[in-house]
Amino acid sequence: MEILLLFLLAFMIIGSIIAIETKNLLSSVISVGVVGFSLSIIFLMLGAPDIAITQVVVEILILVVLIRATITTDNTAIEGARDNFPFVSSLIFFGLFLIFAWFAVQELPRFGEPLMRVSKRYLESGARETGATNIVTSILLDYRGYDTIGEATVLFTSIIGAFVILRRRGRKGKAEADTEKFGILEDEDIKKNFEGF
Amino acid sequence: MDRLESEIRDTSKGMTPIVKTVVRFVMGIIVIFGAYIVLFGHLTPGGGFAGGVILAAAYVVLVLAFGRELGLSKMSNKAASILDNFGALAFISLGLLGFTGGWFFLNFLPKGKMFDLFSAGDIPLMNIAIGIKVTASLFAIFIALSIFGRVIYKMSDLDDSESEE
Amino acid sequence: MILYFLSLVLLVMGLYCLIAKKNIVKKIVGIVITEYSINLFLILVGYRKDGVAPILLKGMHHGELVQHGVDPLPQALVLTSIVIGLGTLALMVALCLRMYEKYKTFDMSKINKLRG
Repeated sequence: MEILLLFLLAFMIIGSIIAIETKNLLSSVISVGVVGFSLSIIFLMLGAPDIAITQVVVEILILVVLIRATITTDNTAIEGARDNFPFVSSLIFFGLFLIFAWFAVQELPRFGEPLMRVSKRYLESGARETGATNIVTSILLDYRGYDTIGEATVLFTSIIGAFVILRRRGRKGKAEADTEKFGILEDEDIKKNFEGF
Repeated sequence: MDRLESEIRDTSKGMTPIVKTVVRFVMGIIVIFGAYIVLFGHLTPGGGFAGGVILAAAYVVLVLAFGRELGLSKMSNKAASILDNFGALAFISLGLLGFTGGWFFLNFLPKGKMFDLFSAGDIPLMNIAIGIKVTASLFAIFIALSIFGRVIYKMSDLDDSESEE
Repeated sequence: MILYFLSLVLLVMGLYCLIAKKNIVKKIVGIVITEYSINLFLILVGYRKDGVAPILLKGMHHGELVQHGVDPLPQALVLTSIVIGLGTLALMVALCLRMYEKYKTFDMSKINKLRG
């Protein structure tokens, strides 16, 4: 069991190395997709079927959105030399971080023996107190419903933010210099521009 | 049927006719599957978030296969924003209704037997509210990203002397 | 222990890609890899040896979930974190499209030099 998890994690690391270092933008986006799908297999083997379902579908939507960003341009290649200062300094600092992380990880409880002080009560009496047999759903919507309100708020705010950024800009009084308008359309523009709607 | 035939044969927007025929068939199955995962969220793995993302993916498949105009005619921007607000308000009002029993977010409906569909209090209702909210949000952001820049291509056909809208 | 360390290596690789690359789309790819590694680390902490998923089935006798079940609390938090990741990725791509439309390039070093 652990051997299989180690193999899949090594596969993910190799996939992300390819995603970082390749020069073609489309190839790096597809490598991120491979990393996400193997992550969903790891979730299934760790006993979390809810999260495996969500990760697969969210991965597909991430791929669609990222490909929409990369096919904007005609050239999908990256040019130019790398500048040295961020590269060298990040290597030094992340090397130091990994050395200390190796010692910090030894303090965690062993893999396979979690502490579970709070979850003991959820597993014992979760089905009886709430009536739902899926314990993860009863935690998400009954014991910790306040966090779900926070999640709904964050999703709502990020969608509003994306809409505000993509909105059409109108400028009055500069009709000669700015005859093009970029952005998403309002309803009357849709009726004027798309016939047979 | 005439309009559908002409839309399938039209290769200028969307994909080839094979993809369009298959998507017509498969999209209903995806919607039913997403609704099943939302409704049975308290008995089997899934819940509001996974089901909502699956329903949004069904809509994304439709827009990718048939083009932007058909996607917008099925569900417009205004309908998506109304559904999104309805989902968020329903979730918060279900939490506030818990005040009738004692405290915020109390599970106030009767619990019923285990393994039934109508059990576990108000957890299925909350699942449905979250599902509607996530579907509408992800659909709105996808349609905004895909029609961004449409005005550029349309405006370049016009003359320079025409006034803009 | 090696599993925890490898997920931290994945985190560091995502951060390196965010800092040291010049293209905006590569930076977004780095953020996505960092989010994957954090979700993986949280689920790895909650795993129990020979554990079953925390769902009560029909034939189970009571007490099997307490003895063999994996930790359900990190799973509930990671579930919302995955969907939030999708929302913030949409916001980042919207910013990226706006910057491309204004400056006509994806290269951050050129955008830093342009003024006005």
